[in-house]
Amino acid sequence: MPNKAPKQLLVAAIKNGTVIDHIAAGAALKIIRLLNLASHNNVVTVGLNLPSRAMKLKDLIKVEGREITPEEIDRVAILAPIASINIIKNYEVAKKFTVKLPETIDYVVVCPNPKCITNHENMCSKFHVIKEKDGVKLKCHYCEKIFKQNEISEYKNN
Amino acid sequence: MAQDDNIIKPMPQLNFKGRDIISITDLSKAEILHVLKHAQALKRKQQPKMLDGFVMGSCFFEPSTRTRLSFETAMQRLGGRVIGFADPAVTSAKKGETLYDAMKIIGQYCDTIAMRSPIEGAARRAAEATDKPILNGGDGANQHPTQTLLDLFSILETQKKLEGLNIALVGDLKYGRTTHSLAQALTHFNARLYFVAPDALQMPDYICDELKAKGLKYSMHQKIEDVLDKVDIFYITRIQGERFADPMDYERVKNVFVLRANMLGGVKPNLRIMHPLPRVNEIATDVDKTKHAYYFEQAENGMYVRQALLGLVLGKL
Repeated sequence: MPNKAPKQLLVAAIKNGTVIDHIAAGAALKIIRLLNLASHNNVVTVGLNLPSRAMKLKDLIKVEGREITPEEIDRVAILAPIASINIIKNYEVAKKFTVKLPETIDYVVVCPNPKCITNHENMCSKFHVIKEKDGVKLKCHYCEKIFKQNEISEYKNN
Repeated sequence: MAQDDNIIKPMPQLNFKGRDIISITDLSKAEILHVLKHAQALKRKQQPKMLDGFVMGSCFFEPSTRTRLSFETAMQRLGGRVIGFADPAVTSAKKGETLYDAMKIIGQYCDTIAMRSPIEGAARRAAEATDKPILNGGDGANQHPTQTLLDLFSILETQKKLEGLNIALVGDLKYGRTTHSLAQALTHFNARLYFVAPDALQMPDYICDELKAKGLKYSMHQKIEDVLDKVDIFYITRIQGERFADPMDYERVKNVFVLRANMLGGVKPNLRIMHPLPRVNEIATDVDKTKHAYYFEQAENGMYVRQALLGLVLGKL
């Protein structure tokens, strides 16, 4: 990978597009699938398990030629709750924003309850987000069960 | 006619017409009291023509004799009619039709639907499929709001109030849907709860967390005798052998959580014993003829509560 003065980057810089940084390690590939980032022949570069001061280990995604909107990234906020998004124009950061966990999450999360109707019918799951001091909980709109974030093991494959 | 002093004052601003009744947590305290007020009125005086011309769909995807008959009688005694099924084997669920499609179609035939399903969230999904009001008669281990309402109505009828009561919930508190739901509803009424269960079947943390967050006081116990003389309501549920991984654990507890008439010597005179039924051996039959037994009237109250809900969601109350 090319070095870029003055910093040494593990993932190459892009000219125009979006950088999604500070993704929870292990989540990048799911985000690429859910947001369809590798469609339309975009060049996508990915760093997995990169060292990070803020998070110990992080994933990173750079998408050439596509500007991801705050609405799109909020849909996958549960996978990357402290992600920062930089919109790049001509190798420079033109816009920055952070992800915001929405109040409800549609489709993305698979309900861990095998008796939930969302696992029996062809339909979208829906979760209400409960923010607490020590983390995030998700309440299924249908079966009403509440799960801690680390109890969610499955996400939709797009 | 003498004024009953335990009839709740009317609250004319509440509008239930077209509303789905899916989960007890959807109802505010005012709404719960509104339903109970109408159940009281119907218990005192029936309205045999109120729902003349209306049709209720009785869609039971899981067997249930009591709840289904209670809903169907409620509708018929208000002058309405009933269509439906009691056995999913006769529906097109076998052919792979989704619940959504089935309820959308049935909603075209009826004015309201009472349903039960073994799948959690089914009633919530059905409510998305049709504009007609859905009354949840039980969705798996999740909710059974009409049971909770009839439990609250029974408490009100016997204690003449709902506020500030001492209530014991006994038996299978881990899997007991009725006990979870009743505990949740009692957070509106400043109850003091006593949970009596074997360790393996105590009230789960997620319910206790909800209760704590709403300021409800509770304590956990292992013997009926520890709480029986303190409480106004003793609500007991069946402990099923199948819930225990080790059959010896079940053998150890199955006779500990049994109520007998000779245990009632020191109880409060207003104590009432409740049970969602069916009762197996957890209430001895010698309790039935004591003045404290209320479980059969409790089941009868189910009809009045369901009548109140039907009248409300169809805009006739």
